[in-house]
Amino acid sequence: MAEGRPSGAGEFNRPYAALKRVAQAQFRQPQSAVGALLVALFLVLALFGPQLAPHPKPNDQSHDARVPPTLDIGALQLGPHPFGTDRLGRDVYSRVILGAGSIFRIAGLGALISVIGGSALGMFMGYRGGWIDELIGRLIDALLAIPALLLALALAGMIRNLDFEAGSWQAALADNVILLVIAILYVPIVARVARSATLDIKTREFVEAAQIRGESQLYIISREILPSVIPALVVEGSLRFSYAIFLVASLGFLGFGARPPSPDWGLMVNENRGGFYQLTPWALEFPALAIAILVIAVNLMSDGIRRAVQKGA
Amino acid sequence: MSMSAAPSLLDVQDLTISYRVGKQWRPAIRDFRLRLQPGEIVGLVGESGSGKSTVALALMRYLSGSGRVECGARLRFKGEDLLLKSNAEMRRLWARRVKFVPQNAGAALNPSIKIGRQVAEVLKAADGIDGEEARDRVTRMFQDVNLVDPERVAGRYPHELSGGMQQRVVIAMALISNPELLIMDEPTTGLDVTTEAVILDLVRRLIAERDTGVIAISHNLGVVAQLCERVVVLYAGEIMEEARVEALFRRPRHPYTNGLISSLPKPGQRKDAAPLSAIAGNPPSLRARPSGCVFADRCAQAVDLCRERKPPLEALPDGRLVRCHRWEELAQPHPPASSPAGRCLRDPKMREGPATDETLLRAENLSKRFPLERSLRDWLGWRQAAEIRAVDGVDLRLRAGQTLGLVGESGSGKTTLARLIIGLEGRSGGKLELLGMEAQSRLRDRSPDLLAKLQMVFQNPQNSLNPYLSVRQAIRRPLIKLRGLSPAEAEAEALALLERVNLRAEYAERYPDELSGGEKQRVAIARAFASDPDLVICDEPVSALDVSVQSAVLNLLAELQDARGSAYLFISHNLSVVGYLADVIAVMYLGQLVEVGDARALFQPPFHPYAEALVSAIPAPDPTRSTQRVLLRDELPSAQNLPSGCRFHTRCPRKIGDICETEEPPWRDDEDGRQIRCHIPLDELASLQNVLIATDEVL
Repeated sequence: MAEGRPSGAGEFNRPYAALKRVAQAQFRQPQSAVGALLVALFLVLALFGPQLAPHPKPNDQSHDARVPPTLDIGALQLGPHPFGTDRLGRDVYSRVILGAGSIFRIAGLGALISVIGGSALGMFMGYRGGWIDELIGRLIDALLAIPALLLALALAGMIRNLDFEAGSWQAALADNVILLVIAILYVPIVARVARSATLDIKTREFVEAAQIRGESQLYIISREILPSVIPALVVEGSLRFSYAIFLVASLGFLGFGARPPSPDWGLMVNENRGGFYQLTPWALEFPALAIAILVIAVNLMSDGIRRAVQKGA
Repeated sequence: MSMSAAPSLLDVQDLTISYRVGKQWRPAIRDFRLRLQPGEIVGLVGESGSGKSTVALALMRYLSGSGRVECGARLRFKGEDLLLKSNAEMRRLWARRVKFVPQNAGAALNPSIKIGRQVAEVLKAADGIDGEEARDRVTRMFQDVNLVDPERVAGRYPHELSGGMQQRVVIAMALISNPELLIMDEPTTGLDVTTEAVILDLVRRLIAERDTGVIAISHNLGVVAQLCERVVVLYAGEIMEEARVEALFRRPRHPYTNGLISSLPKPGQRKDAAPLSAIAGNPPSLRARPSGCVFADRCAQAVDLCRERKPPLEALPDGRLVRCHRWEELAQPHPPASSPAGRCLRDPKMREGPATDETLLRAENLSKRFPLERSLRDWLGWRQAAEIRAVDGVDLRLRAGQTLGLVGESGSGKTTLARLIIGLEGRSGGKLELLGMEAQSRLRDRSPDLLAKLQMVFQNPQNSLNPYLSVRQAIRRPLIKLRGLSPAEAEAEALALLERVNLRAEYAERYPDELSGGEKQRVAIARAFASDPDLVICDEPVSALDVSVQSAVLNLLAELQDARGSAYLFISHNLSVVGYLADVIAVMYLGQLVEVGDARALFQPPFHPYAEALVSAIPAPDPTRSTQRVLLRDELPSAQNLPSGCRFHTRCPRKIGDICETEEPPWRDDEDGRQIRCHIPLDELASLQNVLIATDEVL
C-alpha cells in the first residue's frame, strides 16, 4: 500500500535471509514440505550410500538368487533382503541405495552446468540483442525442434561409438557422455529463460545509469543484471534437475547410460524387464519406484521454490 | 451542514476500514465521514498510501477480501443502508445508479470488444435496452463527450484510440446510465496537460447538465481546485480537513493542507526568490500509525499534545472540518510556511557574471530518426522503410551553471533529445559539443572524462536503483569508476554525498526497497553528482513523487546547483516545476523546438501558440484563477506523418491561413532574446494573447 515499502525483494540481498525465506516457504505448504523432505532423504542416501547399504559392493552376487522382498511394513521390519534379490543374487535394497549417488551426481552436475552455461549464453544474447541474438535464437529454436530423447540417443550413441585414445580429453568426455548430453539439451532451454529475464531488466534505468558510467558489458551483466535474474535461474535450475533425473534414468534404461553391472536405476529396470519380470518383479519395481518418487519430490520442491522466489520478485 | 430535509445522496459516518496485515487487522481508514448532495463534485485528495482509493472502494462496497468495514459505520445512499444490502442488490446498484471511472482507461476497456458494444452492454445491464435504441443512445453519449465521428469510434477497438479518447469513452460508459453517484479515480492522471484541460472541462460540463453527485479522487491539487466544489484532505487514513474549495485554497486551516498548498511551485515562482516550502519526512506506514495526531511527526507546528492525543475532527462555524489541536492558534496570523531546508537566497545578479557565460553544451541540427520495420510491401516495392523523426534538427545552447527547461507533450521528443545528449541513443545527424569538445554519438566512444561530466537523474525512482545493491554500493561505484578514488576514499566520499542530499549516514546500509520514493530519488541524485558532473540531465525527476516530497527534491536540486555550479537539462511536463527551476525554457513540438526563451518571461506573451496552450492548460491550484483556456483540438499527430509547413498547424488555434500549411515558419527573435517559430510576427502575437499569469501577484 504505502509507497516505497513493499515487503520482500530486499531480503534476497542477504544470502542467508534469502535461504531462510525459501526454506520457510518450503515448509508452509504441505506438498513442497513433503517434496523437500523426500529430496533430503535421497540426498542422504546419495552421500552416504556405501555406509548405509547393508551390502556396499554393487556387484555382490553372494546371496541366494530370486529371494522375494522381506520388507514387512506392518511389523516395521526390514528383514535380510528388504527389496528381495535379483536373478544373479544381488541385494536390490543395497543396489537402489547405491544407485542414488550416481543419479544425483550426474543429474545435479548436469543441471548445474546447464544453468551456468545457459545463463551466461542467455544473458549475453539478451543484453547484446541484434543479429547475434537473432542468430543464436534461431539455432536454439532448431535444436529444440528435435525431440529431446531422440537427440539424446543420437548424441549418446554417436559419442560412445567414437574410439578415443585412452587418457585423452576426448576419452574423458566420452566417459561423461550423459553429462555432455544433458548440457547440450538443457543449455538452450536455460538460455531462453535467462534471455527473457535479461530483456526485462536491461531496459531498467539502473542499467542505463551503469551504461552512462561507461561500465563494461561484463560488469553490467554480472553485477547489475545477474542478481535480478537469479530467482528465475534458481527455479529453472530445480526444474532442470528433475528433468535431468528423468533423462539419466531413461538413457540408462535404453542402454545408453551406465554400463552393467553398475547399480543405475534405469539400467536395473532394463535388466529385469521382459521374461525376467515374471521371475523377479521386485527387482524392476523398486528402482522404478525410486525414479518416480525422486522425480515427483524434486518437482514438488521446485514448485515451492518458485512460490518463495516469485513472491519477492 | 444539512440544508434540506431530504436525505443526502450519500451520507457516510464513522467509516473505519481495516486491512489484514499478516495476522492482524490494521485500520487503514479511521472515522471517515462525508455528505454528498446531488450535483455536487467533492474532491478526495491525498498522497499515495493515504487511503483515498480504499475509501472509494468501500463506498461502493467493493473492498477486496483483505479489507473490511468495521462495525458502527453508517453508509447511506439516498437513505438506504448500503451495508445491509446483499451482493445481488449491490450489483443492481452498480449497474445503473452508482458508477466508477477507473484510473487507467486503457486497462479498463476490454481490448477484444469494439468500443460501441462495450458501452452498449452497460445500457443493457442498466435498463435492458439493446439493438437500435442502444446504438442511438451510445452515439448521443459519444457526442456528449465530444468524440469526433462517434459512429466510427464505436466501431473501433480500444487500442485504436488515444489515451484521451479512451478516457472519454470510459466517462461516457459511466454516465450513459445516468448514475446518481459517480466515483472517479484519478480521472486525468497519465494524460498530457493539454488533454487534461479538455477532460476537466468536459467533466464539469457533463456534471452541470445532470444531477449526479461526484467524488473525484486525485493526488493533484490543481485538478481538484479546477474540478471540485468541496475538498476532503486525507492523510494516513484520516480526514485532516474538509472545506469548500475556495476557502481551502485561500486559507487552509490544517498544517498539512497548508504545507501541501504552499509546497507547490506557483506558476511564476522562481528558484532565485526562495526555496519551496517542504514537508519533512514521509507518511507513516500502515504498520506504524502514531497514536496521536497522524501528521505530528512531520508537522512543524506540533507540540507535545499532538503526539499524545489524537485531535478530534472539529466542525468550524463556517462549515469546514479540521482535525488539529492548534487550528485556532495557528489561524490567527498566517502561519509561516515551514522550510526545513534553509537555503540562502541567491543573488540573481551573481548569475549573470562573465564566469557563467561559458558555453557548456552546444547542439547543432541534432536529429534522431527511428526506422520502422520494413513491411513486405516495402520490400517488394523496393522502398525505404518509413521512419519516425523523433528529434528533427534541434539547435541548443546551454551555459555553464544554467538550467534549461524542456517542455512538451508526451511524444514531442524531449526524452529522446535527452538520450541523444547523454549518449544512450546514437544520433542520426548533427553535432554535439560539451565544453568545446566533440561529444561522440555512442557512449562507448566517449572518454571517461566526458562520461564523468555528463550524468542523469531518471524519472522513475523505483527503477533507477538496482534493488540488489545497497545505497552505499550504488553511490560508491561512480566514485571509483569515474573519479578514480580508492575504495577507502570512496567510502568516506559516499557518506559525504549522502549528507549532501540530506540523508542520514545510516541510509548507506539500506536497500532500495527500504526507501520511500523521495529517498530513492535522493540517492539517485547523489549517484549522479558523485562524478562531479558539469551537466546533469533530469528527466521528469519529480513526476513520480508525492506532492509533499516533490518540493524537497526540487529544493535539493536547486541547492546542489548553487553549491556545485552544475548545469541542468530539466525535462518536465509540469510547467510550474520547470518555471521554478529553469533559467531558459525550450518548448518542443513533434521533434522540433518551437520556442526558446528566458524562463522569467515564461508566463508572459508573446507565446508560441503551442506554448500558450500549454501554459493555459496548467490546472492551477487556485480555484479563483479563471483564465481563458486555449484548448487544443485533437491530439498530437503521429510522428510518422508529420504535418507539412508548420507542424503545429493541424491544432493551432491561431492559424492564419495556407501559409501555415505550406511553409515552415521562420524563427523570430524579440528584443529580450526570446525566439519563437511562427508565421505571426511577435508583436501581433503579443497583442492577441493576454497575460495568462501575472508573475508579481503570485506568492
